[in-house]
Amino acid sequence: MGVGIEVTTLNAWYGTNHTLQDINLHIPANHATALIGPSGCGKSTFVRCINRMHETNPIARVTGSVRIGDLDIYADAKPVEIRRRVGMVFQRPNPFPTMSIYDNVAAGLKLNGYNNRRELDEIVEKSLKNSALWDEVKDDLKKKSGASLSGGQQQRLCIARALAVDPEVLLMDEPASALDPVSTSKIEDLIFQLKSQYTIVIVTHNMQQAARVAEKTGFFLNGRMVEFDSTHKIFTNPSDKRTEDYITGRFG
Amino acid sequence: MQLKNEHKLQNRIRALTDGAATGLAVLSTILVVAPLVAIFIYLIYKGASSLNLDFFTQIPKPVGESGGGMANAIVGSGVLLGLASLIGVPLGIGGGIYLAEFGRGTKLANAVRFTADVLNGVPSIVMGMAVLAMVVHPEGHFSALSGGVALGIMMIPTVCRTSEEMLLMVPNAVREAALALGVPNWRSVLAITVRTASPGIITGCMLAFARVAGETAPLIFTAFGNSNWSTSLNEPIAALPLQIYVYAISPYDDWHRLAWAGALVLIVLIVLAVSLVRYVTSRGVLKGAS
Repeated sequence: MGVGIEVTTLNAWYGTNHTLQDINLHIPANHATALIGPSGCGKSTFVRCINRMHETNPIARVTGSVRIGDLDIYADAKPVEIRRRVGMVFQRPNPFPTMSIYDNVAAGLKLNGYNNRRELDEIVEKSLKNSALWDEVKDDLKKKSGASLSGGQQQRLCIARALAVDPEVLLMDEPASALDPVSTSKIEDLIFQLKSQYTIVIVTHNMQQAARVAEKTGFFLNGRMVEFDSTHKIFTNPSDKRTEDYITGRFG
Repeated sequence: MQLKNEHKLQNRIRALTDGAATGLAVLSTILVVAPLVAIFIYLIYKGASSLNLDFFTQIPKPVGESGGGMANAIVGSGVLLGLASLIGVPLGIGGGIYLAEFGRGTKLANAVRFTADVLNGVPSIVMGMAVLAMVVHPEGHFSALSGGVALGIMMIPTVCRTSEEMLLMVPNAVREAALALGVPNWRSVLAITVRTASPGIITGCMLAFARVAGETAPLIFTAFGNSNWSTSLNEPIAALPLQIYVYAISPYDDWHRLAWAGALVLIVLIVLAVSLVRYVTSRGVLKGAS
């Protein structure tokens, strides 16, 4: 089951570049929340702060607090523990190129020392079914490399890989921006199904996509969160002038 | 009409340029491959007639007796190269992993990288002298061990730098994918990054192996050579390049022929060893893996 995320005065830097400034936000459990805004506004940095991937960059720094459920992720836990509870899907599909489809999905478990074959088989099948890829790959699970799939299939493989470790939160950083319309709609359908079980945060440049999949939407600009409200309100009656300018295409 | 004719002329020029460029590329390829093929053919011409079962089963005969073989040198080269690989491959790969994954941008990494490049440029005879001072003198005698150490040290910089290059070619997205699954960094490096780069790393090891397999200079005052059977690490040991060297500068025609045969065998064995490693490591590569 998903859990809510409580972000309090989050600030983040790359070197001297203050990329996130005083973000306060409550992301509800078991819903999809979309983050929109022009390139470089800090939305990717924001999701990377939720699974502590931000700090893998040696010049990166972060202050403030992020609570996932009851856990203060910067005070109470190690990065590897957080990342097992918070799955991430990246902009470009990034399957492990030397691994089979099966091993790609099982990687998160196997590399953390989990080796029960029978259960792994079950988890791999369930994860691939959850990511709507099972029927397309079930005959080649151990024969084909993850890199041999099409772009859209690779991205669903990456979603299966993230789901296999049974996270509570799923972060998606522009998961469909490198895909064609058909693959994109498959990913969107998937988000729709998955949000009953996971808390989903999706960064997107595609405002229709935000409107289609998310209940809540946040608008980021220049490292600040300008507005956060129900998706319907953001797209029909935003309270901030800048949000309105952005969604009507006047800039960005 | 005028326009159409100009078009035709342009197309002709384009086709000619294309043909010329292709021709140049083919010519260059031939020029690169030709010396290799020529050497190989010449070796077969000079050496094949002296190859027989004795060559692979007997040790060298004393001066004046005809016949004999290089069995001890073949085995000796195997021992020396095995020892060298045991030293050069793990240290080289370990250094490469440090440079690419852990030490990026640090002063120590820059120093290690610089040292490796300098080491790569050190003449092999100097390497032999260094090992003479470091291993042979303290031990008090020539030995297979010292020869293996000399060759192993020579392998390190090549293996280290190619491993680093290959690891740096692994896209960062692959590293991030592993870290985002909650895999600890060291495990991600070993199980994901190194594995992804392994074809290139293996090529680097093979290049280093093939290079030191033919080295003579560093063995002259380390392994020293041995005209009798020995596989002991503590005694002087025969090696193909050494044996070829001794035979080639001798005044006897019989030995000259054996030297040619030895050179042929050395090259064939290197090709076989490299092919074998390539075959073994390419098994189990999946369809569509990149």
